[in-house]
Amino acid sequence: MRPMHRRIFLRDSALAIAGVGSLPLWLQRTALGAESQGRKKTLVAIFQRGAADGLNIVVPHGEPDYYKLRPTIALPKESLLDLDGFFGLNPALAPLKPLWDAKNLAIIHAAGSPDPTRSHFDAQDYMESGTPGRKSTADGWLNRALLPADHPSSVRAVSLGAALPRTIRGRNAAVAVESIASFHVKDAAASQQFETLYGSDSILGGTARTTFDAVKLLRSLGENTATGYPRGKFGESLKQIAHIIKANAGLEVAFADLGGWDHHVNEVGQNPTEGQLAQRLTEFGTALAAFHADLGARMEDVVVVTMSEFGRTARENGNRGTDHGHANAMLVMGAGVKGGKVYGKWPGLQPEQLYQNRDLAVTTDFRDVLGEAVHHHLGNQKLEGVFPGYSASPARFPGIMSA
Amino acid sequence: MKRTFALLALAALVCLAQPSAMSPDQKLTHALNRLTFGARPGDVERVRAMGLTQWLDEQLHPQSITENTELEKRLAPLDTLHMSTSEMLRHYPSRQVVKAISEGRAELPTDPFTRAVFEVAAKRVKKAQANNPQGDEKPLPALPADMPTRPRERVAYLEALPAEKLVAALEAIPQGQRRRLADLAGPELRRKIEVLSAPMQVIPTDLVSGKILRATWSNKQLEEVLVDFWYNHFNVFLEKGADRELVTAYERDAIRPHVLGKFKDMLLATAQSPAMLFYLDNWQSSGAQAPARGAKQTRGLNENYGRELLELHTLGVDGGYSQQDVTEVARCFTGWTLRRPGQGRDFFFNPRMHDRGEKHVLGKTLEPRGIAEGLQVLDILAHHPSTAHFIATKLATRFVADDPPPSLVSKMEKTFLASDGDLREVMKTMLAAPEFWEPARFNGKLKSPLEFLVSALRASGDEVKNPPSLNTLMTKMGQPLYRKAEPTGYSNRGADWMNSSSLLARMNFATSLKHAEYGAPDFQRK
Repeated sequence: MRPMHRRIFLRDSALAIAGVGSLPLWLQRTALGAESQGRKKTLVAIFQRGAADGLNIVVPHGEPDYYKLRPTIALPKESLLDLDGFFGLNPALAPLKPLWDAKNLAIIHAAGSPDPTRSHFDAQDYMESGTPGRKSTADGWLNRALLPADHPSSVRAVSLGAALPRTIRGRNAAVAVESIASFHVKDAAASQQFETLYGSDSILGGTARTTFDAVKLLRSLGENTATGYPRGKFGESLKQIAHIIKANAGLEVAFADLGGWDHHVNEVGQNPTEGQLAQRLTEFGTALAAFHADLGARMEDVVVVTMSEFGRTARENGNRGTDHGHANAMLVMGAGVKGGKVYGKWPGLQPEQLYQNRDLAVTTDFRDVLGEAVHHHLGNQKLEGVFPGYSASPARFPGIMSA
Repeated sequence: MKRTFALLALAALVCLAQPSAMSPDQKLTHALNRLTFGARPGDVERVRAMGLTQWLDEQLHPQSITENTELEKRLAPLDTLHMSTSEMLRHYPSRQVVKAISEGRAELPTDPFTRAVFEVAAKRVKKAQANNPQGDEKPLPALPADMPTRPRERVAYLEALPAEKLVAALEAIPQGQRRRLADLAGPELRRKIEVLSAPMQVIPTDLVSGKILRATWSNKQLEEVLVDFWYNHFNVFLEKGADRELVTAYERDAIRPHVLGKFKDMLLATAQSPAMLFYLDNWQSSGAQAPARGAKQTRGLNENYGRELLELHTLGVDGGYSQQDVTEVARCFTGWTLRRPGQGRDFFFNPRMHDRGEKHVLGKTLEPRGIAEGLQVLDILAHHPSTAHFIATKLATRFVADDPPPSLVSKMEKTFLASDGDLREVMKTMLAAPEFWEPARFNGKLKSPLEFLVSALRASGDEVKNPPSLNTLMTKMGQPLYRKAEPTGYSNRGADWMNSSSLLARMNFATSLKHAEYGAPDFQRK
């Protein structure tokens, strides 16, 4: 670029920036359309990657076979936070117990995918696409869950993290946000140029356009000063989701994940509150509880659903761990949730009750749980579009939410 | 400004023109784009002068290529890259060794500098473990009275000091000042300052630096691209416990020598590598009847490696195996374990841990034969048609297109089977196929963060002052080096890397390169 052009460019871009930057924050937000998006219902999907051990998270202490199958890693009844006389919560999830008591937390046990795969990758892919057994599905269920909108917010679908996961990819524009604070091009002048260069580029699809819109919107939000979130990526993700919800920026579906659940070894330490699983659950439960506290009364607009690709073997393996299994426990949190109850039909853990003689059997299809949240909370009743090839319908819902 | 955009464009974020056939010059550019970490200025002319066929042949025979002396100069200080694991652990502190020393189970090294490095590491660990990390912070010791204050003179003074005194002098200098001195110092002093500043980071940092430097500077570009591909295929997560110290030898000894060799050799090398045995827990897997190794040890089968061996390393998830096969394969590998945990962890077969029953794998009955069972399983897998298909598809996805043409995959697959899994022959088949050179391929695939970042460095000729700092950027772009926790490795599909967050990170990287003109801290002009 020759000096002359460079000066003109700098002047123009400085003007462009000043045009927004000189306005007071509230006015900027209005100008950018954030405020006009208003309050929305938000569905937050949480993925525990690596196959969390549902049997040691929501523990069937009333099931004698549980203790037979896991001589060294079963959690003693007295260590659990009892839920209903049959199930007990892993003590590391203590932060969630008050939510349970307040009936804001529901659990669906023995939920999962009908597909038999024990491959992390395939099972995650199936759960994220919402089409178990079908690899050709191009998009994710959370993207399809969005209702058609005339003037959609650029942040109606947000995933926290450096990647855009399959769950939220699809026809509706979705943005991946590593962190709100760093979600911009640091050099403002360059940002303008990039926008001109890539705003209509083909191979980048709509990514560039959506990105620049979302950058403008998120830049206007300031900072979430809420406390109580645990250190680490997951807590940070939930904190930022809460932030976008509180700002009324038009967030409808959000996604966050937390890895490290593949506990083939040392799942439980010598003490029930020690070991890899307890460590993971502490971060997980603390973050969810902090999110709940941060949103307060606003939780009436929010539903959080957790899932993991499959459960783990009912029997412990040779190394105080568990191998890849089948059914799992899902959590659903929100003010509109009929909480304080463990939903689903318990299949039992006796040898003949196990799936392929090794795993907890699936009695609730994960799509019935997600379907209920999409139907009742987001108000999208066309579930055949959200879960193609599956007859999700209110008749099959576990009943976790008021219709 | 122009430079920034040129960089982005060079880094092939975009594709535009699509004529009916690639022009000869497009072919050169295409080959450089796909088979290297990006063209450097002058590369197209160089390949044109040499002839594309000759250049391809040379890249397929990296041993015939004279290595770049610039690379060798930069790699020289990174001594861990050439050490065996046990040698490395004698020179640089690991968490386990530091713990052993603090508990009196191991002694400090005798060499004064190494000793100081271990002491610094032990102090750090102690401080991190203390409830109040700032509580016992002592003021820095007094600076040596005769140490000059001007940076250049100070560097000369430090370079002349014997090891014992050097450590004391360095400890008296605040961290920030030490960094600045390191920039002025010669390679030896610089290395010592870096090692003392972060002793526990040396091993992973050398590994990351080595990868970025090789990708940027090596003349054996295809080999580097393939090492990246195959490490990712046989992925190991650096941050899983002892793997922090095992990955260096793993990549160097199990992956690198075989990337243009026989697949079966690489498969065996990974199966017996301490890094993989530890990562996928096989070192702890034993037959249910095997005697326990002590009160705290448990025994029994662990399926982790058995499953990933079938799903990710060989047959592929649709390769035609069952849960039963996973369990049986895992039984065959019981007893494939590690000796001397914490001191190098060599592979060894422990018959006492081995399941002595008969096994049935993929329809074949395996008589109890100890270690030979696992070897036989690897042999079956390495020659299985599903493996040929899976590997061919993956290579074609990486080098040709996100959804590679089945006709191309089929050719590569045939070569794999006919050549006893000769990976050089498979690559040759791919490069000889018209599908590789179709015009639609030209600039038709988005780069992974690593390709993007290194190709921008190569295109601009920018020197990275502190290569490990680039890993922060790689993390922002979703591809921290050696740190994919899941055994799947990173995606080979370009489209999977495109999203708002990574787009912004790429733009920010491009602008930070631009700012190097004005002396931004991360980069310096060559």
